[in-house]
Amino acid sequence: MTDTLTKTIFGRLTWDSLPIHEPILVGTFIVVALGGLAVLAAITRYRLWGYLWKEWFTSVDHKRIGIMYLVLGIIMLLRGFSDALMMRGQQAVAFGSDQGFLPSHHYDQIFTAHGTIMIFFVAIPLVVGIVNFVMPLQIGARDVAFPFLNNLSFWLTVAGAVLVMLSLFVGEFARTGWLGYAPLSELAYSPDTGVDYYLWSLQIAGVGTTLSAINMVATIIKMRAPGMTMMKMPVFCWTALCSNALAVAIFPALTAAFFLLILDRYAGTHFFTNQLGGAPMMYWNMVWIWGHPEVYVLVLPAFGIFSEITSTFTGKRLFGYSSMVYATVVITILSYLVWLHHFFTMGAGPSVNSFFGIATMVISIPTGAKIFNWLFTMYRGDIRFELPMMWVVAFMLTFVIGGMTGVLLAIPPADFVLHNSLFLVAHFHNVIIGGVVFGLFAGMVYWFPKAFGFKLDPFWGHVAFWGWTVGFWIAWAPIYIVGLMGTTRRVHHFDDLSLQPYFIVAAIGAVVILIGILGFVMSIIMGFVKRDQLRDTTGDPWEGRTLEWSTTSPPPAYNFALTPVIHNLDAWYDMKTHGYQRPAEGFRPIHMPRNTGAGVILSGLAFTLGFGMIWYMWWLAALSFVGLFVVAIGHTFNFNRDYFIPADEVTRTESQRPQPLEARA
Amino acid sequence: MRRQAPNLIGHGLRLGLLAMSALLGGCSRDVMNPAGDIALQQRNLILFATLVMLLIIVPVMVLIVLFAWRYRRGNPNKTYDPGFDHSTTLELVIWSCPLFIIIALSAVTWTSTHLLDPFRPLTRIAPGKPVPPGTKPLEVEVVGLDWKWLFIYPDLGIATVNELALPTNVPVHFSITSTDQFNAFYAPTLAGMVYAMPNMRSELNAVLNRPVETTGYSSNYTGRGFSDMQFRLRGMAPADFDRWVAGVKGAGGGLATQAYIALAKPSERAPVMHFASVQPGLFDRIVNACVEPGTPCQADVMHRDMQRAGGTAPGSAAKPAAPSQPKPGDPHHRDMTRADPSLAPGAVRAGHA
Repeated sequence: MTDTLTKTIFGRLTWDSLPIHEPILVGTFIVVALGGLAVLAAITRYRLWGYLWKEWFTSVDHKRIGIMYLVLGIIMLLRGFSDALMMRGQQAVAFGSDQGFLPSHHYDQIFTAHGTIMIFFVAIPLVVGIVNFVMPLQIGARDVAFPFLNNLSFWLTVAGAVLVMLSLFVGEFARTGWLGYAPLSELAYSPDTGVDYYLWSLQIAGVGTTLSAINMVATIIKMRAPGMTMMKMPVFCWTALCSNALAVAIFPALTAAFFLLILDRYAGTHFFTNQLGGAPMMYWNMVWIWGHPEVYVLVLPAFGIFSEITSTFTGKRLFGYSSMVYATVVITILSYLVWLHHFFTMGAGPSVNSFFGIATMVISIPTGAKIFNWLFTMYRGDIRFELPMMWVVAFMLTFVIGGMTGVLLAIPPADFVLHNSLFLVAHFHNVIIGGVVFGLFAGMVYWFPKAFGFKLDPFWGHVAFWGWTVGFWIAWAPIYIVGLMGTTRRVHHFDDLSLQPYFIVAAIGAVVILIGILGFVMSIIMGFVKRDQLRDTTGDPWEGRTLEWSTTSPPPAYNFALTPVIHNLDAWYDMKTHGYQRPAEGFRPIHMPRNTGAGVILSGLAFTLGFGMIWYMWWLAALSFVGLFVVAIGHTFNFNRDYFIPADEVTRTESQRPQPLEARA
Repeated sequence: MRRQAPNLIGHGLRLGLLAMSALLGGCSRDVMNPAGDIALQQRNLILFATLVMLLIIVPVMVLIVLFAWRYRRGNPNKTYDPGFDHSTTLELVIWSCPLFIIIALSAVTWTSTHLLDPFRPLTRIAPGKPVPPGTKPLEVEVVGLDWKWLFIYPDLGIATVNELALPTNVPVHFSITSTDQFNAFYAPTLAGMVYAMPNMRSELNAVLNRPVETTGYSSNYTGRGFSDMQFRLRGMAPADFDRWVAGVKGAGGGLATQAYIALAKPSERAPVMHFASVQPGLFDRIVNACVEPGTPCQADVMHRDMQRAGGTAPGSAAKPAAPSQPKPGDPHHRDMTRADPSLAPGAVRAGHA
């Protein structure tokens, strides 16, 4: 009787779900718990709960939400990179009779978690965060089209992240690789909570990302300042538009694939099983129809960041603006047509394989055009090698190698040899780190002063830069080489001792990258410590060319007291060269959206829904599901959604700023 | 003289390929120094494509460093031209250089993908040695189990686990399937990989050109035993191969249905096993998931489904539905679970001549 009661209340959650017998996990939990308690204690001690709730958690301000996304991304980067260090450590020692320090059971979860976290909870939040913060400022808008949806999207992503982190201590994570391929991810071969954690956390986060993408597209299409035609929009906003349009189109495919797999695992359907008409190949197609465009969702904004930085730090307009726009759009469209190159070896036949191979190669043409355009922006420029520009050069040199190996892999017979090898792994890390990660660091260094009012500490910024660039090549060149020797990915231990030196060098490289990551964290800490020396007093610390640099650092809640009128590309540069004078009076009350806690509550319910479904606690899932509807509908009855900033407060805020020309004098 | 130019390019390319493969062959690895002709052609393709791309990548990287250095703020010997942001000529060059390279690579892609299609029978044994007409390839059937490889030689009537012996310079035709997971059959020195998938039959055509003792892998992660799912690949001269076959036959043991069912149970780090005899048609039944006596074979289930739906199975003459046949909408159609006793192993199957 009590047994049934326990099972009904707790589902399949038992004491055995806690890893009490695993020393590494117990140790990790102790560290995380102590660290977490310390943070909570500090917040309580300094009485920051009210401040955090009112000013940050319930904020619908795109700038605050953008910063929160970046904080989430950086925290998850530390988790994802710990997984990477463990993987490199395991593969450096597990040779011959040495099985390494990680049992296969854990190693398989670690490489799955590493990929899942890095793509869904590091890359996506960091990209969404930067787009969130920068894009409305660049188009002269006061916020995004749907501020509450923005807040909700962020908290849904957090709910997904919490579920993934929880899987470390309660239950297991998936042991399938980061895409959860069928048939391995079906109930018959993955009966425990692992794949369920994976599916529910990504479904919840995926809803957040889809909503955010819709938001960004609507903002860019509808909320540009008067005079800013599409072809006068900064290139970063073009890349944000294309990236988010791509996201809107593809995330439903992933949601559908995951939903069908959920049905297979929960309702006994046979979409992707081996029996009764199931077709696992269908799962592969559906996830890659999402998966390939997804990497362009990530890299396009990075390209946009590089365009902005190159233009600013060379003191020139971006070379070939129209060409860059067309290249971005062409890449966006082509990225839909290449997904089969992820499984050339599945025997689709030479004509199909050739089509997808050639389509993949064709993407390198507009991408190459972009590289050339950046090159010719540098040509006859006056290049200042501040940190953001250094990241750009590092990106250009690193990414072209990754692109080259990508075109190589796009040739099906070459892929027959290199598919699922460490050469492939090196390729995609090359383009993701060299492209996306370097772009994100460049963007964070570039726009940090705008967000916080002071620059990052330059010394530690240089440590971060050199740690990443040098560490990247030390870590991945050996992996390229062992891949060319035919070494497969995701392997737990090796028999061929002659490969060990390569893996040891790769592990050293990972440690150098760790120095880079710690350097970045230090640059934030030391930037804060030395903020008075690093203060940005003018709002335009880099001699910028786009509209965000026309605001203070940080900008006021309303961004622009008066909506700017645009006449030209590089609007702020245009204003500066025409002796723009900021008006000191004539302001009107500004209409602003009010904060709301509904996003936090809804995401909390989404979290409990996911948790309940994972652990078969049906009562919890049902209550959460009903709760979601009740709160969502209840929120629509909240008519207290807006307020006005009085005109005199605006006048006061604006009068505290120095005029641009005075600041220069 | 005009005839010399193409020779120079050809020689130059071959020299380049040789140099690169010598440099990388020092790594003495199966991919860069393969024993199989297909793998050799794939390696040459990799090297060729890399060289072609380096033609544009190296100048670009040089220019990046050059421009970054020359146009830095501290350099007095540069021209600063803030208005230089457009040039139609340059744009044409920028778009057409990569375009030409990709056109070249696309042509190579189309031809090589068709010529090196794993399903395509071999036309040559080694460079300059076409397959003699009338050569019958050695048939090998490959089954990816959890977590070991089963190799059946149907014409020789033997089977092995985790050991693939092949005679050199004889074309081999692999038929590949799997029981539960998506495995990938991969022997780097032999040829590229092909996926082994349940209820599906992939093919690979390859040949070994010299004796080797090397390893083959599964290159798609399938769970616990994946890292140990390796097999020995042994290339031997045809006479040695015949001796090896005789040795397997002499060792005894047979792979009948029950023995196979026991073998198919999940196990890791399986040792090499030899079977002196194999149940005929075992591979077909594995592909059709009807090894267990009494289970209907997939091909027949699909055939029945098509007939019930009122269509005709491919290869059989069009037959109008007999009056006793269930009509569309009949609940009979939903019954997919009954085993048809006429489909037991050895019975004549519907639709087969």
